[in-house]
Amino acid sequence: MAMMTPIHRTEVKFYVPVVAAFGALAGLFVGTAQGSGLIGIVVGAILGAAIAWVLTQPRDGIEKPARWALVAVFAVAGYLFGAIPGAVIGAIFGWFFGWLTFWLFEGRYRGPLAPYLTPNQVLWYYTFRVICWAILIFLITPILVVMPLSFNAEDFFTFTPEMLRFDPAGYSLKHYRDFFTNDDWQQALRNSVLIAPMATLLAVSFGTLAAIGLSQPHVPGRQAIMAILISPMIVPLIISAAGMYFFYSRIGLQGTYLGVVLAHAALGIPFVIITVTATLVGFDNSLTRAAANMGADPVTTFFRVQMPLILPGVISGGLFAFITSFDEVVVVLFVGSAGQKTLPWQMFTGLREQISPTILAVATILVGISICLLTVVELLRRRSERLRGMSPS
Amino acid sequence: MTDATQEQTGPMVAADGTPLKKSLARSLRNQKMRALALIAPLLIFVLLTFLAPIFDMLFRSVENQMVSDTLPETVAALDSWDASGTEEPGEDVFRALYFDLFLAAEAKEHTKLGTRLNYEQVGISSLFRTSGRSLDDVGEVWQDWLEDDVDEIWGEGSFWYDMMSGEPADEAVLDDARDRMATLTGDSMRGDIGFAPGEAISALLPRTAREYAAFAVFTAIEDEDVVAEEDPWEAVYAAFAYDLSQPGTADAIGSYTGTGADQLQAVVAQLDTMPPVDFKAAFAAIDQDWMSVENWAAIKVYSSRYTSGYFLNAVDMQLGPDGPEARPENQQIYMMLFRRTLVMSLVITFSCIALGYPVAWLLANLPARRANLLMILVLLPFWTSLLVRTSAWKVMLQQQGVINDVLVWLGIVADDARLVMINNQFGTIVAMTHILLPFMILPLYSVMQTIPPSYLRAAKSLGANNWTAFWRVYFPQSVPGIGAGSILVFILAIGYYITPELVGGTTGTFISNRIAYHISSSLNWGLAAALGTILLLVVLLLYWVYDRIVGIDNVKLGG
Repeated sequence: MAMMTPIHRTEVKFYVPVVAAFGALAGLFVGTAQGSGLIGIVVGAILGAAIAWVLTQPRDGIEKPARWALVAVFAVAGYLFGAIPGAVIGAIFGWFFGWLTFWLFEGRYRGPLAPYLTPNQVLWYYTFRVICWAILIFLITPILVVMPLSFNAEDFFTFTPEMLRFDPAGYSLKHYRDFFTNDDWQQALRNSVLIAPMATLLAVSFGTLAAIGLSQPHVPGRQAIMAILISPMIVPLIISAAGMYFFYSRIGLQGTYLGVVLAHAALGIPFVIITVTATLVGFDNSLTRAAANMGADPVTTFFRVQMPLILPGVISGGLFAFITSFDEVVVVLFVGSAGQKTLPWQMFTGLREQISPTILAVATILVGISICLLTVVELLRRRSERLRGMSPS
Repeated sequence: MTDATQEQTGPMVAADGTPLKKSLARSLRNQKMRALALIAPLLIFVLLTFLAPIFDMLFRSVENQMVSDTLPETVAALDSWDASGTEEPGEDVFRALYFDLFLAAEAKEHTKLGTRLNYEQVGISSLFRTSGRSLDDVGEVWQDWLEDDVDEIWGEGSFWYDMMSGEPADEAVLDDARDRMATLTGDSMRGDIGFAPGEAISALLPRTAREYAAFAVFTAIEDEDVVAEEDPWEAVYAAFAYDLSQPGTADAIGSYTGTGADQLQAVVAQLDTMPPVDFKAAFAAIDQDWMSVENWAAIKVYSSRYTSGYFLNAVDMQLGPDGPEARPENQQIYMMLFRRTLVMSLVITFSCIALGYPVAWLLANLPARRANLLMILVLLPFWTSLLVRTSAWKVMLQQQGVINDVLVWLGIVADDARLVMINNQFGTIVAMTHILLPFMILPLYSVMQTIPPSYLRAAKSLGANNWTAFWRVYFPQSVPGIGAGSILVFILAIGYYITPELVGGTTGTFISNRIAYHISSSLNWGLAAALGTILLLVVLLLYWVYDRIVGIDNVKLGG
């Protein structure tokens, strides 16, 4: 980040107490874990003050070695306390206090901020950052917790002491093995892999055509049509599921692959419509006219001129439709029967009835798939923005 | 321009000679048709696969044809009965009930009706079930009398068949029987019966002909047997006894000459030994509950083809003989569930605002590169499967879970006093706040991006303190984002099913869980449809508000 304010070293009476306060906070946690919070606070505060004081005594050029030394000391101390996990936590503490001391001491915290800010505003700025990071951690932690637990060697949903000791015996791939050998899961995987692409194909082919129709200049009743096409996204899933269950059992589609595919295609259509119409906003219609002018029939024009240009939108709409079907559980629970059991369904029953950590292995695999899809969508979005920047609008 | 066009007078023409105005109109019409032709396949698809089911559900929430389909004659007879009185219905109603119920029991439809009525009047289900088994005994009284006391030939199916058949045939009676069975079972009942009642016998013994025709249709089409070889139902004997007990029948038999005339006259000769025809007493003997006015009132109230009963039930009321009334206190749960759903959705929406606002502010005020990096942290959960996130919260919140382990390790919570954070409202609120948070952050972020940061600086340079500058300058401009995000989160929250089902236990479930329960466990589809319709109306109302504030076209995905 750009420097906005020249930095200068701060006084002892500022940085030593601040580091001591952080030390007290850390001491509180370690202290309560060991039995007495009060002693922890006092020891932590003294330790923090001492670190801040000692590290900043020899003046110049020793920051790096001093910080490394601190990490080493804390790691060793942590190891004596609680073996390998203790060492790791100790090293983190050591790194943090070293960084904090010099960050405060050198006045670096002031650098990226405007020079006219009052100390209170600076304090608020950093408090706000900490709050935001806490919220972001809240967002991401559940996903991060699931991943290591899926390598659990025991059939528990929680960290075993072996895992915390980083003992290789505490980890295993057995839940992944179970996923790949268990018939229930394999059947569910097959169904998911069968249903999602078919639903996607239906949603994308119908949706793209309709999106092209919708972005023509004169469409009678565009608002009403748009509202109808978007409605599957708005209506709560439980209501869609209930309606489809009643209706599909009337016409004999309940409990068939076709029923599930049609239902999932209907749910995926709004995503295709939204992304493709958004892409078509930047589409230059004179291109199709030029193609027609040169003798291309509408089909050729569509596949050779229009389609390549809107392809990123179509693909990302398709990915949305795919993930909708792939993740969907409410509708398939009602419209499908045991023969159409998909991965989310199997996870749902697993979570509700017999809790098996195989679910966590599947969850990790699904997170991996999500990351891949997210990356693809993001790359496509960038590409289409780049293209749009180049094409005249 | 050439000379030719300059010289031309009158309207401008296109290249092919038609007036330009007309040609333009045609081209515009073509354009519209082309656009519609492109949209049509999808529109039809969505109408069939999505909107038709929704309308079907709306229809089911008022549909109530089971009583009038299963007991058509009884319903007609009940018309003249006063449900608010203390007198049970008369003999004609019980007679109609006997023949309706006998047929329904043969087609095994009476238990469905019992289940349906049991939603409204507890205990009626078992009444129907036990009565269905005892109906044969009622008819057997006359069957025994005919076979043992009069003539053994009355027990033979072939004799009955010969007696009831005849030329010219009375097709109306047969078609009537077909329609009756079709309404009852929902099957078409077309096909060859191999039997047609004679006009003469059906004029002589109308009730007997009606029941025998029903027996014939059922035997030929449902059982796929030959009518002539089967012994008639007990209901046919009951109908015969009833016909005999009618004044005038005995005299008419005296002048009858068709097949079985001799046997009929023999019956008439012994008529004074026939067991009395009293269906009301027979039902009273089967189950004293048939004499209960409340049961009959329930049947009468729910005999109309459309009912508001499911909707009343969905708001904790019921349809009494005198119109809608409140349910007893101990049966009121739906208003409480609606209230809980609304309150918890509001709590979730406010937690999302509280947590989403700072993050959106940070994202909107960071340089683009770093904002994009942080955005991944928001988008990753957004893209992760709902079940993955729910299972993650189950792992985190349960009593042997990660959070409790950490708290115990830190010594904040004793090992034997682990916090109960799952299977209650707390679990639902935490998990759903986490799941819906991205839906709050993304609209907030896109609104905040458009607020120039210089406004805040200007406010401060004009002397506002931090809080005033934020509250009077920044916050009002971010309100559209809060509105959009809140409505989105709220709409999603009130319809949520999976997460409350998995982490909500009994106190943290929503109205949607009740809908699912009525669809798959209690099979009260009408009530499920009525609850769903109410929920749908709430969502559509909110959606309309959303459209007014944000516009449907502005729905954005993934930032």
